[in-house]
Amino acid sequence: MKKRIIPVTLGGAAVLIAALTLARVSADAGGDVARGKYLVTVAGCNDCHTPWKPGKNGPPEPDMTRLLSGHPEQLTMPPAPASAEGPWMVTGAGTMTAWAGPWGVSFAANLTPDAETGMGKWTEKDFVDAMRSGRHMGRGRPILPPMPVQNVGAMTDADLRAVFAYLRSIPAIKNRVPEPRPPALADAKPAR
Amino acid sequence: MRGTGREGLRRGARRRFSALAPAGAVLAAALLLRGGAESAAGAAPEPAAAVERSAARAPARLADTGLYADAAASRVAPDVLPYTPQYPLWSDGASKRRWIRLPPGSAIDASDPDAWVFPIGTRIWKEFSFGRRVETRYMERAADGSWIFAAYAWTADGSGAVLAPERGIRAAAESRPGIPHDIPSVYDCRACHEGGPSPVLGFSALQLSPDRDPLAAHAERPGANDVDLPALVARGLVRSLPEALLHRPPRIAAPTPRARAALGYLHANCGTCHDARGPLATLGLSLVQRVGPGGAPDVPLATTVGVPSRFRHAGAGEAPVRILPGQPAQSVLLARMASRDPLVQMPPLGTHAVDEAAVALVSTFIRELPPDAVPSRNPPPQEEAR
Repeated sequence: MKKRIIPVTLGGAAVLIAALTLARVSADAGGDVARGKYLVTVAGCNDCHTPWKPGKNGPPEPDMTRLLSGHPEQLTMPPAPASAEGPWMVTGAGTMTAWAGPWGVSFAANLTPDAETGMGKWTEKDFVDAMRSGRHMGRGRPILPPMPVQNVGAMTDADLRAVFAYLRSIPAIKNRVPEPRPPALADAKPAR
Repeated sequence: MRGTGREGLRRGARRRFSALAPAGAVLAAALLLRGGAESAAGAAPEPAAAVERSAARAPARLADTGLYADAAASRVAPDVLPYTPQYPLWSDGASKRRWIRLPPGSAIDASDPDAWVFPIGTRIWKEFSFGRRVETRYMERAADGSWIFAAYAWTADGSGAVLAPERGIRAAAESRPGIPHDIPSVYDCRACHEGGPSPVLGFSALQLSPDRDPLAAHAERPGANDVDLPALVARGLVRSLPEALLHRPPRIAAPTPRARAALGYLHANCGTCHDARGPLATLGLSLVQRVGPGGAPDVPLATTVGVPSRFRHAGAGEAPVRILPGQPAQSVLLARMASRDPLVQMPPLGTHAVDEAAVALVSTFIRELPPDAVPSRNPPPQEEAR
């Protein structure tokens, strides 16, 4: 009996290991999904990219039904209060998804794989380049505060690929986040 | 200078922001907003893999890159060829010199005249000066086919130039009083140079055409020893160029000389990223000029004139468009050219000062566009969220 159990057990273990390995690797991105989920969690990505809601019995908490979907498009933000002179310089929405400061108004991006409003059309290279360069899609406008892109951009290539793989694995949520607002919108108008 | 007061207010706001530095993560991110580069003395630790990718593979000193036969005298090596593109990139008024070196016996494959393929070992330099030499940028095609991007910072006394950190050097000099010049990070180099089918931007069939545009913004007179397209072909350094381009040198097809110059400016300053063959293709905005077979000359107009823009700015109304014929003040493209707010400006990197001459050129070009300037579009361009 023992002679039969051992090979079965080893075979089962091999299948289990293979299954676990497959579960950790995304089908369409090369990174480690479980590692990516861990990094997204401990790096605080949900702090801004998942809208917060009032807590049932305590402080506000992230609304995990809108996981990493960014600033809710239904929440139209009025003009931000004027920046104060002195050490106070940042104003934030209760959802934690909109921030006003000397850089203008920034809105947390939709990181879900929705093709139209999220990162569904981003490639892994787009993502890595954006985090490394601190620029939208790696070549556009600066990624704005309070996104700690200088920290995320210091991750290893493997970790960035893992984060991207995890973001690929979460549910796609259609939510078109507004474009950021410059500090002096009127300045964008050419005089001639 | 137009808008000086507003620019001053903006700079003042940024200075105030900077002065509140100890505000933790928000401030650190703000520093990135201000240029993404770090001083040489305060460079942050680099991800090891990133360091290995590019700058670390470049020589430590410009003198060791092969540019000079005599570095102390800045005498350029005899196998290094100077060139001058007809549509220069605006870099806040920098004076520039450019050179290329191909390995002996090698040649550029120009069978796709809009995407030249450079041989392994190609080296390219561009020197930036603001009264004195400030930096020399360097590209080299490595043995594995990848490109090395690096920048060398000149000492103030001009005695030599050393490799800049991968994150660049912010405010390495001033392009004019109060306007900083940043030596770019490697990522900034890649942002532009990897935006299209060829990472070499100013050395192309159109840029080296002998049919040079006399109205090109900031046109530079080629030097006596500069190579151009016919010279490169004659010397066997460019091969497989479509024969037609030798008989009829590349030239932007445009209805007026001013339109030609404006489209040339947009090609050189915007088309490096806004290229239907690059990673931003899904924006549906292509300002690059094609000279090869199949290149449609009206693509830049087809992807701008009357095309809705997702970017919102004051004065553009509820339905802003990239270019509104006859209405430069309501054209988002011009608004972004005319701004140096980090969220608004185009190009988004490599410049802190508005190119007033180009704004005037493109403004007049838009004003002169007839209302029916919209070319046929099939399918109509769609700007996708990315």
